[in-house]
Amino acid sequence: MTTRTEPARSPSPGTAPAGRRSHVPGDGSATAAAVEAARKGMLHDARDLKRTRIGADVLCEALLRQGVDVFFSYPGGVILPLYDVLGDYPELRHVLVRHEQGGAHAADGYARVTGRVGVCMGTSGPGATNLVTGIGTALLDSVPMVAITGNVPSALIGKDAFQEIDINGITLPMTKHNYLVRDADDLPRVIAEAFHIARSGRPGPVHVDITKDALQQETRAEHPSEAEVVAGLPGFRPNLGGHTRQLKTAAGEIAAAQRPVILAGHGVLHAEAWDDLRAFAEKTSIPVAWTLLGIGAMDETHPLAYGYMGMHGWKHVNRAIQSADLLIAIGMRFDDRVTGNVRTYAPYARIIHVDIDPTEIGKNVAVEVPIVGDAGRVLRALAPMVPETSMDDRRAYLDQLADWRRDSEASSWHGSGAWREGVLSADYVVQRIGELTDHQATYVADVGQNQMWLARYAGFRNPNSHVSSGGLGTMGFSVPAAMGAALGRPDRETWAITGDGGFQMTFQELMTLVADHIPVKIALLDNKKLGMIRQWQEIIYAGNYHSSSLPGPDFVKLADAFGIPAFRARTPGDVDDVIRSAQAVDGPALIWFEIAEEQNVFPMMPAGKGLSDLIEKWDGPDE
Amino acid sequence: MTADPNSNGRLPVADATTPRATTPAPSHAPPTRALPGSGEVRRHVLVAVVLDKPGVLNRVSSLMRARNFNIDSLAVSHTDRPDVSRMTITLHGDDVAVEQAAKQLYRLIDVLKVQDVTSEPTVEHELALVKVRATDGNRAEILQLVELSRGRVVDLAEGSVVVEVTGTEAEIDAFVALVRNYGIKELVRTGAVVMARGSGSIEEAIKR
Repeated sequence: MTTRTEPARSPSPGTAPAGRRSHVPGDGSATAAAVEAARKGMLHDARDLKRTRIGADVLCEALLRQGVDVFFSYPGGVILPLYDVLGDYPELRHVLVRHEQGGAHAADGYARVTGRVGVCMGTSGPGATNLVTGIGTALLDSVPMVAITGNVPSALIGKDAFQEIDINGITLPMTKHNYLVRDADDLPRVIAEAFHIARSGRPGPVHVDITKDALQQETRAEHPSEAEVVAGLPGFRPNLGGHTRQLKTAAGEIAAAQRPVILAGHGVLHAEAWDDLRAFAEKTSIPVAWTLLGIGAMDETHPLAYGYMGMHGWKHVNRAIQSADLLIAIGMRFDDRVTGNVRTYAPYARIIHVDIDPTEIGKNVAVEVPIVGDAGRVLRALAPMVPETSMDDRRAYLDQLADWRRDSEASSWHGSGAWREGVLSADYVVQRIGELTDHQATYVADVGQNQMWLARYAGFRNPNSHVSSGGLGTMGFSVPAAMGAALGRPDRETWAITGDGGFQMTFQELMTLVADHIPVKIALLDNKKLGMIRQWQEIIYAGNYHSSSLPGPDFVKLADAFGIPAFRARTPGDVDDVIRSAQAVDGPALIWFEIAEEQNVFPMMPAGKGLSDLIEKWDGPDE
Repeated sequence: MTADPNSNGRLPVADATTPRATTPAPSHAPPTRALPGSGEVRRHVLVAVVLDKPGVLNRVSSLMRARNFNIDSLAVSHTDRPDVSRMTITLHGDDVAVEQAAKQLYRLIDVLKVQDVTSEPTVEHELALVKVRATDGNRAEILQLVELSRGRVVDLAEGSVVVEVTGTEAEIDAFVALVRNYGIKELVRTGAVVMARGSGSIEEAIKR
């Protein structure tokens, strides 16, 4: 450890800029020595700090070098050295969240709509543990994120100091990598590595813990180039291009297949490979199904776009998978919500599995053709190797899929038109939000029924326009993630679609929306229930409703208390008016949709069952 | 079956695993998809070359725990390169599960190379120290066993001898079984270390 002592603290008002506080706690002005040091070149580019450059400056410089324009944070004791210098970096927008979990989800939402690394911060102890849910959410959904926490001074580490917790130990199994920095000289390298790791290969969260003394320590350490960063990480060499022999095998499988289906996942979005996917599908006339996180990889109006798969996916899509003779899985991981019982999954299909992470291949299902690589690169390499096949060549197959789709859409609750009889149905609300925003907004789901309704009925046209906590299933995700998504893509309207349960977990961020003028429109689908829990209790637990009824407050009054215009809808006839009213608000707005209390999401595949065992409606237990 | 915690003490009538007919049974049953792995479970030896950084052992052991792999032994040491350490991990599993473990290990940023050397010609050694109960009556007998097992007595005391033995896991198991009748007061084993025979080098093959 090379923590240096602070420069002598003789006050010298003549050399300190008037009104400028020093970074040194308890010191009223910059010292002559510090100013001298600054003049000798301890500057960030042309920035003349008129004081010593400390670890906290290095952190700000590193964030700017990484192209960070906004981050989400909450101050606390040991991260105060950062807050002491933040004023010198006005181009780094700091959003003061109301809870660190909100900050982590906001960074996540920002990352998902921009494809860039989201940044959140917190102090030691509770600040750090509050970030953990957000870090876990990012890990399970492979979202590039750098989470930074302060920690107690090095000398106090391991002493159970005030607000000390072994946050490195906590985040170890739930990050791609993590760091503890005790020396400011290490900061430039560590921050650069953290961003490189977070966004390269399969993206994911990286946690950097920095001791208070490192943040305060004077340093001249220089920032590494990207080449130096790569050279310094000999154990991190993501494999991007597919193996030629496997690509040839895959091309042969595709040429021979009669009933192929493409399964598009989040990896297509991470690789920004949506054009490659569409071109590949068009050349081969293979229909495309998508996972929850693969929504947006294909414009849903495209003739080859077939639909959303899995536990609450469309029956026709699951049917196509169950009858397929070839699955071309791209950037997805055969999650249990996608496959159900693996033994009965796609029983007739051979599988080509493209994923950038070799651990995903052969993890959940055995595959015939493994291809490790970036979705875009593999699709571009594969496209010239496969024969051109027109939709007419596949006419009989595609006609059958079209029949199945008509049948499945007509048989859903949505197709039944229940909302026309005066019941305010959630799927109708979601459908109208999609239509009245011309399908051009960013739509951020919470978790549970609202998430499934959104995935099924909003109608997605654009990549990175759907944000959803798929892997971890984090209730309370929607409002804070929408906050980050709105800042990441201010050119789009941002809608948070949430239920009354998730909303009540993180609605403190309403105040952040107001304070920072972040124009998120919140559609609160209130069935006064934990709807998905209630649905499971009804269907799987014989109607034993325990703790799934959830009385809530008057949400219009609640929003009003935050200064957010709020609207209330109770019947289908109210829906268009309230959506248009919310859109007309310059800033955040909330709509309280009092939806049918006992509406279920169908079809539904009970956990442990297979894709062919969908429940399509429920009239009570079989007797 | 345990009662659901939210069931007010009543047993749930049905749970997620109870079959419930929702679709008509197909006229002929579709084929069943094979699960990954589920092959023969046997002992595997993995060699991992890792960066010598704080916490790397913790990362490896945490991963094995989180991914539900059971480590039989783990030996860690320096190599000839100052920044590189080497781990020898023995574990039981089927080929697919162990391949998954190796891939997961390789994914760690600080891990440079992972190799499953189970099917390769290797030199495998483990060292054990065994404190055996000894009396004036049987000490000579024990010393003879030690000699026959190519072991070495490293400490002699009133009532006990400490024996150092090296060899494969099976050879040490055999020695321990031999002296068990005299009474084992203490036993410590390093876990296996292995090296591939021939001129190939895992250190020279690490990713760069």
